[in-house]
Amino acid sequence: MEILTEYGDQLITAFIRTIQLAGLSAVGALVLGTILAAMRVSPVWALRTVATGYVNIVRNTPLTLVVLFASFGLAQQLGVTLVDPNSPTSITDSSFRLAVLAFSTYTATFVCEALRAGVNTVPIGQSEAARSLGLGFTQGLRYIVLPQAFRAVVAPLGSIMIALIKNTTIASVIGVAEASLLMKEVIENTSALIVVGLIFALGFMCLTIPTGAVFGFLSKKLAVRT
Amino acid sequence: MASSHTPAAALIPDGDTSIVPTMISMRGVNKHFGPLHVLRDINLEVTRGQVVVVLGPSGSGKSTLCRTINRLETTDTGFIAIDGQALPAEGKALTRYRADVGMVFQSFNLFAHKTILENVMLAPQKVRRLSKTAARDRAMALLERVGIANQADKLPAQLSGGQQQRVAIARALAMEPKVMLFDEPTSALDPEMVTEVLEVMSSLAKGGMTMLVVTHEMGFARRAADRVVFMADGQILEDTTPNEFFSNPATSRARDFLSKILSH
Repeated sequence: MEILTEYGDQLITAFIRTIQLAGLSAVGALVLGTILAAMRVSPVWALRTVATGYVNIVRNTPLTLVVLFASFGLAQQLGVTLVDPNSPTSITDSSFRLAVLAFSTYTATFVCEALRAGVNTVPIGQSEAARSLGLGFTQGLRYIVLPQAFRAVVAPLGSIMIALIKNTTIASVIGVAEASLLMKEVIENTSALIVVGLIFALGFMCLTIPTGAVFGFLSKKLAVRT
Repeated sequence: MASSHTPAAALIPDGDTSIVPTMISMRGVNKHFGPLHVLRDINLEVTRGQVVVVLGPSGSGKSTLCRTINRLETTDTGFIAIDGQALPAEGKALTRYRADVGMVFQSFNLFAHKTILENVMLAPQKVRRLSKTAARDRAMALLERVGIANQADKLPAQLSGGQQQRVAIARALAMEPKVMLFDEPTSALDPEMVTEVLEVMSSLAKGGMTMLVVTHEMGFARRAADRVVFMADGQILEDTTPNEFFSNPATSRARDFLSKILSH
């Protein structure tokens, strides 16, 4: 209990940071993942090749390396910090934004592959009907195929989002003040490893279990009936 | 349009189309699926307002023929045109060409995630750039015409097969096509639903629409067709009036085919 009274405010702040990280990265991953999936099913050879190469490289790189590359590679070597260097909070803002970038680019590859599996569940007749009405490839994808592909993979997308929420703990390696960074600090200060561990595990479950429930509900509600 | 519906055009010999313009034109079309020669030197001219029924045993290439006309299947050699416009290979020109060619599939292929009304409104809005209200008005009028207006807000899965196919016809008509292709439109239907679809097709034929219909419905062929094209092994073996075809088939393949389907 003392831990909760002493660190309660910090705990909430840290988990809000975690939610911000995961939320923004989820949006980025869904947008980028959709673009990648569209490229991977495109009839244009160059687009397919670029997207396939991207997915294979990023998906097979450990997330820690992706996050470290964003921080050290982009920020320190190339000077890409994504912030105004004169801002007083430039360092924390920069780590946070770079972490969002890293999580988005990494998770997008999983979103892309899930969606591509979803595209394969849409019967060929759907895109033939779209083509026969004079819709172009992109229109057919946008209005007919991808909406149905999304509905088919809501449940696996939920798993990807849960993994993303838990993956945000890796942002602590570049100093983003999310939940796990606070956890290390609390453990060092209190040495109550098990209790602290349980508190933080519970904290993450408060985020991931509702996420799973929401996606499970959407999966049923949005399912395409044929 | 109604006045251009001239069954007599069936009897105009090849080349003499000075009276009624040619809507569908296929010349020397060949196609292989691997080693299989599925379309052998197809020549077919359909004049405006004509209703052509394509008959033949399964595997004779009649569905493939239908699908090459809007390039859902590519061809190896030959020339295809709609209303004098050659079939483009790809790109914007192909989508524009397809917008003028309505197609109805055996398995309906209604967009499963969209309501009946949205199914009919989509292409006029996105391809023809109609306003939402204009597309809605057109869609409702067409749904009224095929007798499904009261189901406009349902999803395809909530309708019977016959109703779905009538919606599919309305969806194709919403593009105001020059030609309608029907690829076995009643083959996936329960017997009691066949009539409602054939009735819509018959009224369309009476309205002067140029139609190419791949079907096994001999009654429809007799009543509504201006011409019957009989295919076997990827070739057109007969091209004549329904009366002539059913009472006096010229080839033994056709006689064989007719004896099998008419004997029971």
